[in-house]
Amino acid sequence: MEQTPVTDPNTIATDGFRLHPDDEAAMREEIGHFEQPQAACIEALKIVQRRHGWVPDDAITAIARVLGVGPASVEGVATFYSLIFRQPVGRHIILVCDSSSCFLTGFDQLRDALGEHLGIGLGETTADGRFTLLPVCCLGACDGGPALMIDDDVYGPVAAGDLPDLLEGYS
Amino acid sequence: MNSQRQSPIYKSRLLQPVAERSPETHPLTWRLRDDGQVVDLKEYQSKEGYQAVSQVLNGHDPGAVIAAMKEANVRGRGGAGFSAGLKWSLTMQGGDIPRGYIVCNADEMEPGTFKDRLLMEQQPHLLIEGMILAAFANNARYGYIFLRGEYVESARVLSEALAEARDAGWLGPDVAGSGFDFDIALHTGAGRYICGEETALLNSLEGQRANPRAKPPFPGQSGAWGKPTVVNNVETLCNAPAVMLRGADWYQGLSGDGTDDGGTKLYGASGLVNRPGLWELPIGTTGGELLELAGGLRDGKKLKAWLPGGASTGFLLPEHLDLPLDFDTVGKEGSRLGTGLITVVTEDQSMVALMRNLEQFFARESCGWCTPCRDGLPWTVKLLLALERGEGEAGDVELLDKLAADCGPAQTFCAHAPGAAMPLETALRHFRHEFEQGIRQSKGKPHGDPIPVGEV
Repeated sequence: MEQTPVTDPNTIATDGFRLHPDDEAAMREEIGHFEQPQAACIEALKIVQRRHGWVPDDAITAIARVLGVGPASVEGVATFYSLIFRQPVGRHIILVCDSSSCFLTGFDQLRDALGEHLGIGLGETTADGRFTLLPVCCLGACDGGPALMIDDDVYGPVAAGDLPDLLEGYS
Repeated sequence: MNSQRQSPIYKSRLLQPVAERSPETHPLTWRLRDDGQVVDLKEYQSKEGYQAVSQVLNGHDPGAVIAAMKEANVRGRGGAGFSAGLKWSLTMQGGDIPRGYIVCNADEMEPGTFKDRLLMEQQPHLLIEGMILAAFANNARYGYIFLRGEYVESARVLSEALAEARDAGWLGPDVAGSGFDFDIALHTGAGRYICGEETALLNSLEGQRANPRAKPPFPGQSGAWGKPTVVNNVETLCNAPAVMLRGADWYQGLSGDGTDDGGTKLYGASGLVNRPGLWELPIGTTGGELLELAGGLRDGKKLKAWLPGGASTGFLLPEHLDLPLDFDTVGKEGSRLGTGLITVVTEDQSMVALMRNLEQFFARESCGWCTPCRDGLPWTVKLLLALERGEGEAGDVELLDKLAADCGPAQTFCAHAPGAAMPLETALRHFRHEFEQGIRQSKGKPHGDPIPVGEV
């Protein structure tokens, strides 16, 4: 097991995945906030995901080397957290809130309308790779239920009729 | 749908204008602006901001901070209601004990809860000031704001505010010229409700899977990286500056005579009400008063039940609308105050469908560590789905009773499964006939239709 953090990004790249030098630098900065490097694991996964959209297998190994931990530790974390994607996703992520307040204000109808508009169900990606549709825990927008989030933007209340204009903004 | 409808961008807001809020009556929100813009450092400082830190840190008496918090009886606003002052008094300090951590639990994910978002998005410095006071009282050397990843706007505002506070000397090596050193880092998560459980949160902070830890030791003894650690909710920490500035007696007086709890509470209402929203009110305000502020139910609907403070609290009935919403009173009714943001259920909405939705949430969000939770919660979903479709078997309702008991307090590693059991147990108790109607042999009508919501 390689325990020494590797600083040369060329030695980290395998099978076409290359850890971007800026990303490695950001991970090292994050490590500085904590007593132990493992604590930067979630942020490291998010850094990779911000650039690649998802976390490929070789990124797990690369992150493990930067943190100086085993790949299994990183994979265990990657597979636990629902917003770390271990398979390719669409260019835009739609998180639709399925928790109680939204359920009581129109989640079912909104999910069906999204399904009709996009031709996919929860957990699926459109054929053109534009959107991935996922359920999410209460978005904390209950006074605007039913709510959803597209990338970094929160919307609510969202009626079925709002969807064409709303989705138009995300190419 | 008419074409004039605006893009439904969501913006967190308080439904009380500035004119109705004052420093003496609304310690959490009096500084908030009507335009909803961030109260920045300059504005915060012009509104008594960081005065508590200046006074307290230069008074050099951490014990006095803890005593004031205890006397004010600030109870944990994340939902558990544990005395913040008592928690702070249990942190290991002194001698050979290393300095530890203050962790702000900003993982707001309890269904029906949208209060901490407001405080973070519009008034970040109040939270930072509260964390500095907590750090001073607990001799912490560093703080973390553990923020859920989806709160992107909160992250942006908090990052800016932390930089502002550092530049102004409120964070860093010599806070407010007192000689006390403390700084804060922002940590953003990547989903999973269980991260809000304080020991799961610590595992997540350390970059591990968010499984809860065995207690004892409690975080005050051995928390993040084995150091003494205090975990407090956003709203709890936001109460500290006013308690220090105006005193415990004043804080106690805010809540009136009807309750033992001190201070105000960010209350809210959601579901099919006319004016869903948030208000800062004296703790002990009733559900009926909240419902009135929320403009009553939509389309003249009638109230069937309500959750007083999130998905993990027990259902209350219309007859409970007159009760003061404080920790002890709600506890006596077989429920919990929880986060204090009520969710209403109208007469035409199916309790079976809602329970199925709630248990799907809890089953999905179980970390899988212990058996009653990992296996019991999906079992309740299976039974509830069958009852919802009118395909339940005789004995299913009794089996749900048993599962609610087996997932209840003291049966599991953490409070996740008990949180799932409480709404189930109370729903079965108050609305048993609705569940029984889902049994195949029953003559009643099952609940397979989508839950009615009217126009969005």
